[in-house]
Amino acid sequence: MLIQLENVNYLYGEGTAYETTALKNINLTIEKGQLIGIIGHTGSGKSTLVQHLNGLLKPTSGIIYYKGQDIYEKGYDRKELRGKVGLVFQYPEHQLFEVDVFKDVCFGPRNFGLSEQEVELRAYEALKKVGLEDECFYQSPFDLSGGQKRRVAIAGILAMKPEVLILDEPTAGLDPKGRDEIFSQIKKLREDTGMTVILVSHSMEDVAKYVERIIVMDHGSILFDNEPKEVFTHWEKLENIGLAAPYVTYIMRKLHEKGLPIDIRATTIEEAVDSIWDWYERSKEKR
Amino acid sequence: MGIIEASKLIFEYIRRDEEGNVEGITRAVDQVDLDIQKGDFIAILGHNGSGKSTLAKHMNGILHPTEGTLWVDGKNTRDIERQWEIRQTAGMVFQNPDNQIIGSLVEEDVGFGPENLGVPTEEIWIRVEESLKAVGMLEYRKHSPNKLSGGQKQRVAIAGIVAMHPKCIVLDEPTAMLDPVGRKEVIRTIRALNEVEKVTVLLITHYMEEAIYADKVIVMDSGKIVMRGTPKEIFSEVEKLKALRLDVPQVTLLAYELKKKGMPISDGILTMDELVKEIC
Repeated sequence: MLIQLENVNYLYGEGTAYETTALKNINLTIEKGQLIGIIGHTGSGKSTLVQHLNGLLKPTSGIIYYKGQDIYEKGYDRKELRGKVGLVFQYPEHQLFEVDVFKDVCFGPRNFGLSEQEVELRAYEALKKVGLEDECFYQSPFDLSGGQKRRVAIAGILAMKPEVLILDEPTAGLDPKGRDEIFSQIKKLREDTGMTVILVSHSMEDVAKYVERIIVMDHGSILFDNEPKEVFTHWEKLENIGLAAPYVTYIMRKLHEKGLPIDIRATTIEEAVDSIWDWYERSKEKR
Repeated sequence: MGIIEASKLIFEYIRRDEEGNVEGITRAVDQVDLDIQKGDFIAILGHNGSGKSTLAKHMNGILHPTEGTLWVDGKNTRDIERQWEIRQTAGMVFQNPDNQIIGSLVEEDVGFGPENLGVPTEEIWIRVEESLKAVGMLEYRKHSPNKLSGGQKQRVAIAGIVAMHPKCIVLDEPTAMLDPVGRKEVIRTIRALNEVEKVTVLLITHYMEEAIYADKVIVMDSGKIVMRGTPKEIFSEVEKLKALRLDVPQVTLLAYELKKKGMPISDGILTMDELVKEIC
């Protein structure tokens, strides 16, 4: 196993009047190569959780293992860990600052003390991986569109060659095409490199479409941890905690209530189309 | 005359390099004509960089047209002397609720706007109560905004605008940062303001589902208005919208895909009930 959290608790403002529990007894195992979605209402602890995975926040109690090693053990190199577990924050384009795109992407690897040649090679590869066109490389990052800026910011993390890529709401504020582009690129990246990817999202449709495992956070605890289809059968429970099932699931349930023998576990448009079409073909034959 | 009218509105900004030399001119809004009637609910769609937000910022005089004219309730937005009247007529709500909340208590935050307009104290409190009621947040009036959920914060931000009694509210992606329930709360609030209080609403959004309640949908691309129509008309054009980097609501997409395969289903299905009726 790649990352393991054991009884992790995190308190904000410990010992003050404002003490709040942000994470409550989290036990979690993440295997290499998984594509995981973390969902939860605003304030459920999603962002706090992911910031523990690369040692940005230190748990109040509990242990975090990366490849079997306790990351708070004496002498553990957490700077190196942050290169291995890359975290892309919300609205990462706000962190772009260099005069051109290429220089911005070079910043991360350069700080890890790599040779200039290696730094530039990595920056080039990273920008290619996120599908940015060559003509944008020497433009100011501020002249790019929202989706392009976001991809540059993601490339900045990829250039550090992380083993785990964590993205906190990578598509917030992007247009529908931009959302699709980012997600397909993440999916491709993971297929090509076998990288472990964890994404935090508010879009149930996107999570249903792209990830293989969903972790549902509620008030600092893990409520569900399973494959999407399984998790979305608990749609009532999800609604109670500020979430929902993908819209398609509701349509399928309604049709099922009307007596259509269709798959109520469908969570994507493709699955719904297949299931309804199957029924339609069969019912035509009978007529 | 409509509450918001634009005639051949153009907005250009000058791009400069590091030394401040002019590199070129970008036209962000290009020859836009608008005629929005009082009480309308208008949704504005368009990909990132299509000019939606730039256009919206004209509605309350944050930006002024390079060419053409924009009238808000009959007032030309170029008229500097009437700037405050214009801002009072059209209030704006932005994407991130945390950037818009300043008070340490919900009611103080909502009172900030009318206080700055010089409204007498007693009336401020009346307005605070009314607006919090309108967004369904009255019971939180004594709470700290920090402890609220994203959807609740955004509703407080809307209440802060409502308390200034604008005739028109412009919302620039108000749900982009919210979870599903937060999104629902905010959209429900906006619809109630429009239907009950008759406030004119301009909603900019990237969530197609939110546009189905609008009276009219405007689609922008490279600064121009490229489509206008009812939600049904607009969302019937699935391929055209996709080419504009947009999408259609999930239920519309499902209906469209089934139709493409050969099921007899009408175009422009917008709600679950419509689709269920078509299939069963």
